[in-house]
Amino acid sequence: MNEPLLRARDVRKYFPVRSGFLQRTVAHARAVDGIDLDIRPGETLGLVGESGSGKSTLGRILVGLMTPSAGELSFEGREIAGLGGSDLRRSRRQLQFIFQDPNGSLDPRMRVGEIIGEGLHAQGAERDVRNKLVNEMLDKVGLRREAAQRYPHELSGGQRQRIGIARALVLQPKLVVADEPVSALDVSIQSQVLNLLVELKRELNLTYVFVSHNLAAVNYVSDRIAVMYLGKFVELASTEQLRRAPLHPYTRALFSAVPEPIPGRRRQSVVLKGEPPNPIDPPSGCRFRTRCPLARDVCAEREPGLTPRPGDANDHLVACHFA
Amino acid sequence: MADPSTVMEGLATAGLGTEPAVPLPNTDAARSRLRWNVPLVVGLAIVILSTFLAFAAPWLSAHDPLEIADASLSAPSSLYLLGTDQLGRDVLARILYATRTSLSVACLSAALAFVSGTLIGLVAGYASGLVDAFMMRLLDILQAFPALLLAIALVAALGPNLPNLVLTMGVLFTPRFARVARASTLSVRERDYVVAAIGLGVSPIRIMFRHVLPNIAAPLIIEASLTATLAILTEASLSFLGLGVQPPEPTWGGMIAQSTAVMSIAPWLAISPGLAVVFVVVGFNLVGDGLRDAMDPRS
Amino acid sequence: MSLLRVENLRTYFDTRAGVMKAVDGVDLEVREGRTLGIVGESGSGKSVTALSIMRLIEKPGRILPDSHIFFEGNDLAAIPERELESLRGNRISMVFQEPMTSLNPVYTVGDQIIEAIRLHRRVSVQQARDRAVELLRLVGIPSPERRVDAFPHQMSGGMRQRVMIAMALACEPKLLIADEPTTALDVTIQAQILELLRQLRDELSMAVVLITHDLGVVAEMCDDVAVMYAGQVVERGPVESIFSDPQHPYTEALLRSIPLLGMTKAEPLTVIPGMVPSALHWPTGCRFVARCKNALDRCHREPPPLARSGSGYAACWLRESIPEGSQHGAAHR
Repeated sequence: MNEPLLRARDVRKYFPVRSGFLQRTVAHARAVDGIDLDIRPGETLGLVGESGSGKSTLGRILVGLMTPSAGELSFEGREIAGLGGSDLRRSRRQLQFIFQDPNGSLDPRMRVGEIIGEGLHAQGAERDVRNKLVNEMLDKVGLRREAAQRYPHELSGGQRQRIGIARALVLQPKLVVADEPVSALDVSIQSQVLNLLVELKRELNLTYVFVSHNLAAVNYVSDRIAVMYLGKFVELASTEQLRRAPLHPYTRALFSAVPEPIPGRRRQSVVLKGEPPNPIDPPSGCRFRTRCPLARDVCAEREPGLTPRPGDANDHLVACHFA
Repeated sequence: MADPSTVMEGLATAGLGTEPAVPLPNTDAARSRLRWNVPLVVGLAIVILSTFLAFAAPWLSAHDPLEIADASLSAPSSLYLLGTDQLGRDVLARILYATRTSLSVACLSAALAFVSGTLIGLVAGYASGLVDAFMMRLLDILQAFPALLLAIALVAALGPNLPNLVLTMGVLFTPRFARVARASTLSVRERDYVVAAIGLGVSPIRIMFRHVLPNIAAPLIIEASLTATLAILTEASLSFLGLGVQPPEPTWGGMIAQSTAVMSIAPWLAISPGLAVVFVVVGFNLVGDGLRDAMDPRS
Repeated sequence: MSLLRVENLRTYFDTRAGVMKAVDGVDLEVREGRTLGIVGESGSGKSVTALSIMRLIEKPGRILPDSHIFFEGNDLAAIPERELESLRGNRISMVFQEPMTSLNPVYTVGDQIIEAIRLHRRVSVQQARDRAVELLRLVGIPSPERRVDAFPHQMSGGMRQRVMIAMALACEPKLLIADEPTTALDVTIQAQILELLRQLRDELSMAVVLITHDLGVVAEMCDDVAVMYAGQVVERGPVESIFSDPQHPYTEALLRSIPLLGMTKAEPLTVIPGMVPSALHWPTGCRFVARCKNALDRCHREPPPLARSGSGYAACWLRESIPEGSQHGAAHR
């Protein structure tokens, strides 16, 4: 097996919950709670989960936009979690992020050319090198070069998302985390951007982490998928395995909840009861047990680890006592 | 009920041309928004007119503001349009010359407060934590004193002249800008485009000046025009109390103070400088309100 | 029998930049007890259509005089506001996308449901309260006797959407208009709400107009579908035929552009090039012409009418030119 591009060990992110007159920290919301992950070079890893599962927080931690509260994170064998200042800024080039909201993630007072070239500027590239690379990138993402002179509000949502992609990829990063990159776009624009992401990955030899709640989209782009629930992975497997034989009851419910555009096919839906518990006070044992159709006493007592399914190939991991 | 403006917003962004062609900018909407902004237009007219009058005072007034005529306390007439004061000086000329003092104190002190307040607010808001707490507590202390009392104390200690007035009022108004800048910085710093810049490896100083500052400029500019009105009123109050620019230089506050003794026989002495204050204050206020409307992207 | 028939609905907004023709000649029909899905992208006019049916269009918007909205024998586009008020929330109800902003944060959910009931029914507060509890139970809120006194912020998004549905159902309407009711919710919660809507629809035998951009939701919930593009209905018909044999090139491309569970990136998604034209300047001919790969000369010049095609209706010259029963005979069964 190849050396992983990015390795995370027991990564945690707790957000303090403050309350009262003195704003004392009264509890912690465990957004990400002990994640082990190896990202293989060249793969697309899908990260799915519902709101509050911690998938976006984990995505940000992976590229260094957030510092983990605990845990180790190494990129190409070098520890990066503790980096600060200019070391950190230099390592940014390798790890880039694509934002969900193309409106909020582009500075409204900057021209498109400046937005795309800013990372190059920060890495010390000269003006003519910058211009050349920006122009090449505009070609790659399917925008006219004149766009460089425009302001973001003059462009459509789809075009703005292309700029967000160009800004991330112009630095020639190795790992790109895309956080819901098509969710804010119209249906007919989504496929344009999905196709673009797939093409660019091939062309530029990228490794993607694709964070989304849209299972069909994640399925479409990913080689492997990690399913998150309340800050933990409940299942991690290849897309193929996950689609054919999902093991965790949550994964099954999630997949069956996706309405498919095929009329008459009344899915045997596993409609989950209730709603995800509060991450400030997660249930004991298995975190899914409060909504799980299989839950028994043992689930409240012991937390299931993320382990290979016995007798199966090593790369289908699941965290359930009964899977 | 659905908000029709959000419905329309969706419609407006729906089609701006064809992809990948980049459509031309549409600035018509922004222009018409400014054009129909009545308060802004009227306010700007007043401010520009006052500025013109202040500059053109030597040419506009028939008399020197310090020239003493034969007739003191003469009522408005064709020779002295607004009459003369106790010493027989032309009131109109004095009002026009006082406009210079008033506007320069107001604009310079607002500008000083703008620069210092914005810097403090920007750094405090962006750095957060201890730096923020320290700076803001300092401003709290400054604001805990009644503004006018503090101004009186400072001017009295430093000596009443124009530079000291500007300095004093500049310090006095700094917290206003600092608070606006800090609050806006706190919200802008959470925006994705700032996070994106951090992710690209951009340095904090550059982020503050390149990304945060341009995006918090609108509320600060509005604050500036409102602060200018406050500065005019403060300057008038200080000169009323004898702590403004010293006589014989004319000031509105000083003129009103002088007139109190003879108010019953020569009311024009109090009324005309009073109206001058109101006129300029209303002008700056209208500019502030107008800018607020014009710069609100939702309008 | 048709419960709601919309004919030539036009809703324009007067803006400084010009007249925005958000809805521009829409024909729809909803039969009793059936569910009509209106699909379209943002800017297609689907939400404005829904608001127009309820006549919730405020200035600078206006419904043009020759628009008709026939509901139970009344033309909602023409009757006085007072009469309309007695229908809204009573015979027709609406559920909005954002369950947080549609509920008033300073009143308990019970108070809000009671108000909705007493607006149209002459009952005592106690009776209305009992009904509110019953409604909350109906929409699947656990321990409704307690939850009736809760404030909106004490509930989750899914629970608030259930409350909104309870409010909409307070007077057992004949028609429920749901505007993107599950878009703001997570998939597992969406599945719960859709299930609930389906159940209630059958129990109360009401008709539903479901507005959504999600073709999956349409396939799962609807009997009939209207596809909107650029302020108009471009295709209309029974759900099976829309999905299996789309008549309009926009519908067809839309269906192929979404990844299905099980598709891989080896097969690229169909891309609809370009984007929706501006509501300020619709093209003269077919509004989809710039994005259609088979466009004819005629498509640029003349707007196609919504004509019989397949088992429904489509507005496309490409279909018009094909004589009945020729190579596409299969569609005409």
